Formats: sequence, structure tokens, C-alpha cells
Amino acid sequence: MSSIEILGLNAGYGERPVLQDLDLATQPGEFIAVLGPNGSGKTTLLKVLLGLLKPMAGSVLVDGTSPKPRNRVVGYIPQHRGFDRDLPIRGRDLVTLGLNGHKLGLLRASASERALVDRALDQVGALEYAEAPVGMLSGGEQQRLRIAQAILGEPSVLLCDEPLLALDPGRQSEVTRVIDQYRRTHNATVLFVTHEINPVLPYVDRILYFVEGRSVIGTPREVLTRETLSDLYDSPVEVVRVGERVIVLAGDEESHSELDGHHHHDHGEVPSPWI
Amino acid sequence: MDLGSYLTLPFADHALAAGLLIALICGTIGPFVIARQMAFAVHGAAELSFTGASAGLIIAGDPVAGALIGSVVVAGIIGLLGERSRERDSAIGVILAAGLGLGVFLLSRYQGFASAATNILFGNIFGVSTMQILILGGLALGVMVVMITIYRPLLFASVDPELAEARGVRLKLLGVVFLVVLALSVTEAAQIVGTLLVLSLAITPAAAAQRVARGPAVTTLLSIAIAVIATEGGLLLALVFSTVPPTVFISAISFSSYFIARLCGPSITRRRRERLGHLVAASADHHDHA
Repeated sequence: MSSIEILGLNAGYGERPVLQDLDLATQPGEFIAVLGPNGSGKTTLLKVLLGLLKPMAGSVLVDGTSPKPRNRVVGYIPQHRGFDRDLPIRGRDLVTLGLNGHKLGLLRASASERALVDRALDQVGALEYAEAPVGMLSGGEQQRLRIAQAILGEPSVLLCDEPLLALDPGRQSEVTRVIDQYRRTHNATVLFVTHEINPVLPYVDRILYFVEGRSVIGTPREVLTRETLSDLYDSPVEVVRVGERVIVLAGDEESHSELDGHHHHDHGEVPSPWI
Repeated sequence: MDLGSYLTLPFADHALAAGLLIALICGTIGPFVIARQMAFAVHGAAELSFTGASAGLIIAGDPVAGALIGSVVVAGIIGLLGERSRERDSAIGVILAAGLGLGVFLLSRYQGFASAATNILFGNIFGVSTMQILILGGLALGVMVVMITIYRPLLFASVDPELAEARGVRLKLLGVVFLVVLALSVTEAAQIVGTLLVLSLAITPAAAAQRVARGPAVTTLLSIAIAVIATEGGLLLALVFSTVPPTVFISAISFSSYFIARLCGPSITRRRRERLGHLVAASADHHDHA
């Protein structure tokens, strides 16, 4: 059975659908990178899958059911956004809120909820700093906590909305590795929205590439080519390979480039086996 | 007259009771005011209660009712105009400026004794009537019930809004409910202790608590405790040194607590970090799952 089944989806805000006629079927255990320029529909797709946005047309099933915000079938890892240093919240508090924060009342957690939180913290290797205020943790450590809250209910689908944004390359591969490990141990589908393909390339099974609501899907070899992307962008696109990296030069856009020049080899950036 | 005999007088008892109730609600909303970056909303709501009071005075001869109704209206407008803190701040600035102008105009049309409205700005804690205590008590009860009810989702929404929304927390609704609670608390507090003191009770104790406490529950309790100590301590000192207004003592105690917390905060944090024995940042090497 498909973990995500989308047929003829139109979705967006106001009159104009951002996503047009999208079909998508994913298998359990698949790692899918979602690429494309800003405003092309990546976040809209995640919102639909989270049940925060109703489709204008088409059908969407996640694990056989319609998406709802409180559904534990889907785990969500938002963009990395730093916490204030003074914020009086410990790592454990944040993960616990991910479990029961939508319920009214004061902060209470039952023994079984605490056990669940402990296990998730352990799975992402965050137990040792779970008692520290989140504002004092590094960006990578904060993202591990967000991963912990996402995997609490052992979801079969993980939705990641640019979880690597604003992290340095070493932290990027650290966070990606933790997500990939969950995928392997739980045979979960990962939908990974990103601007930078290179940190996730070693793990990717298929790429879903959006341009202005249109999309192509396929293996990295199929999608990251001059022909496919020129067709999708409807303008000439260059795909350049520099060492282990792929750089897409689409018009004035350099959506996946990492031309910063300092590669943190000591953090073990994994080579892409398929190039 | 010594302190003991002052405490037998109704005006002193009323002041202490009012102070306790105000400290309780201000200390409770304080940590959320900081987490949601709403210090300016507190300021705006406090000053705009003057406009509501003036309107209430002209329309019904009742500044307090006017201020309370006005604060709910203001909270609604702010809530509708600005969701994010940056939008919200400019929205508050715009409403504040327009509202104060309106308040001055309304007051200039008023033929009676205007101190009823200006009291809203400067407060008069030693002139609290039994009726005011009752209103304040009812309001405090309402505020506490609402805050206890929405505490957890509000904390979630304040700490990590994206995540909270994905988990089904209704950010907009919570935001407006909290704004209304904030505006009512601030308005009620302002007419008794004055606008200046509202700021030092709704923000300073929570800011001090955050520096030293760990975890949200402890922070809230400590914030309430500091607000209560500052208010009651300040009132008692003002009874002893009767030439100095209580506002001075209350803001001084409140600020001192913040000053001490800033001094002690770093060493408490460092010791705590050492006790946790670890980290920060080095963990990438410890957790190589590849």
C-alpha cells in the first residue's frame, strides 16, 4: 500500500491554486526530496498533508486516511528557528508539548507520556541535554529535539520543511542522518523539503521537483538533468556537477548550489554514490 | 502612627488586597508577555485605558466600565491587525497614537471633574473602594481560570508556533484570547496602581524569574512571587515612610529583583550546565548513527 496517495490535487490560497493537478504515490521507507524555487508549492503540499489546508480538488490519503492536524500518522519537523536564550523551556518540555501541547490545562504528563518522550529523546540522541534550556543548545541539538517530537507517535510519514535551513554543513549532515536513521528503523516515508540537495543526496530515493505548481518526480539521475529541468522550467537550465555536488543553474536562480567554498570534511559529508 | 495601626484602617487593607490580586494576575501573564514579545502591547493597553475611561465618563459617567470595555475593543483590533509581532507592534503604535488623541478630545468635551479619567493613567492605590476590590477579585478569578485552562496550548503556541499549528493548536484564537486577558488585566491594574506600575509588574518579575528559574512552571510561580513581594513590600514601606508614594517602592523592589537575577543568572546557569555534565555542541561526535 502507498503511504501517501495523492490524485489530481489542486491546492492553494484564494482563487489561484499553487499546486495544479498533482499525482503522487510513495512507498513506505522511501526518502523523497522536495525541491523547487520559493512559492512553487512545496510548503503548500506539506500543509495539505498536515491537514492545515483543504484541497480545492483531488484526493489525498496518508496511510489510508484523510489528513488531520492531530493525526499521529504524520510527524512534522518545521524549519529551524532559534529559541531565545532566556526562554524558560527545557528540551524535554518542548518534546512533551509536541505530544500533548494541544490539550487544554496545565503542564501535566502521565507516566506513559513521560516514557514515550524519554524513548524519542533517546532515539535522536538528545537524552543527555534534555534538561538544558533549549535556548542554550546548538542549532543541531534544537533540531534533534524537533525530530524527537516528530517521531513520538512513531509516524509512518515524516514531513520535513527545510529542517537544515540556517544550519552549518556539519549540523546539516548530523540532522539528516538522524532523520534517515528513523526512516530505516521504522520503514517510514520521508518527505524532505529543501533548497540544498547536496546534504541529502546520499539518502534520496526520488526527487519531487516543483516549478510554479507543475512537478516532475523520479530518481535523482532522472530528474537532475538538463533536459528534464529545462522542460519543467520551460527555459534553459544547466546542471553542473562539481566533485560530489550537484548545482542547478535555473535562470537567475541557483536553487541547490553551495558555492560557499568551505566544505567541512571533518564533519564527514557523505559522498554521493550515484554520480 | 505606626505600621500596626495603619493596618487596622480599611484604606490600607484595601490597598494590600488590591495589590495582591494585581500582582497575582500580572505575575501570571508576565512570562507569556515576554515569550510572545508583547511588552509594547502591555504598554499600549495600559495607556489606551485612558481613552476608554474618558469615553466611559462622557457616555455613562463610569470611567472604569469604559476602560474595561475599551480594552476589549482595543485587544480585538490589535488581534485582527497584527498576527506576527512586528506587524502587531506597528498596529499597536498606530492605535495608541490615535487612541490617546481621541481620549484627550473626549476629556476636553467633559465638563465635570476629570480626575476620574486621569486616575486611570496614574492610579490611586490608597483610594480603592470595596466595590473596586470586588470587581478586581472577580476579574482576577476570571483571568486565573482562563490562564489555567489555556496554559499548555498557549505555552506551545508561544514557544514553537509552527509546530503548534501543525499539531492542531488554534494560534489565532489563542492569540486573541490572550490579548483580551492581557488588556483586561492591564486596564484593571492601571486604574489602581497606574500605567507605570503595570509595566513593572507585568514584565519585570517575569524577566527576573526567567534569568534564574528552569522550566515554565517554576518560572511562572517565581514571577508571581516576585510580583507579590514587590507590591506588598512596596505598600508596607509606603505606609511606614508616608511621604514617598508606593509606586516608587514597588518599582524599586521589582527592578532590584531583576538586577539581582541578572547578576546571579549566569552563575546559576553555569553551575546547572556543569551539573548536567556535558555538551553544548559537541554531541555530533557522540551520536554517529551512520
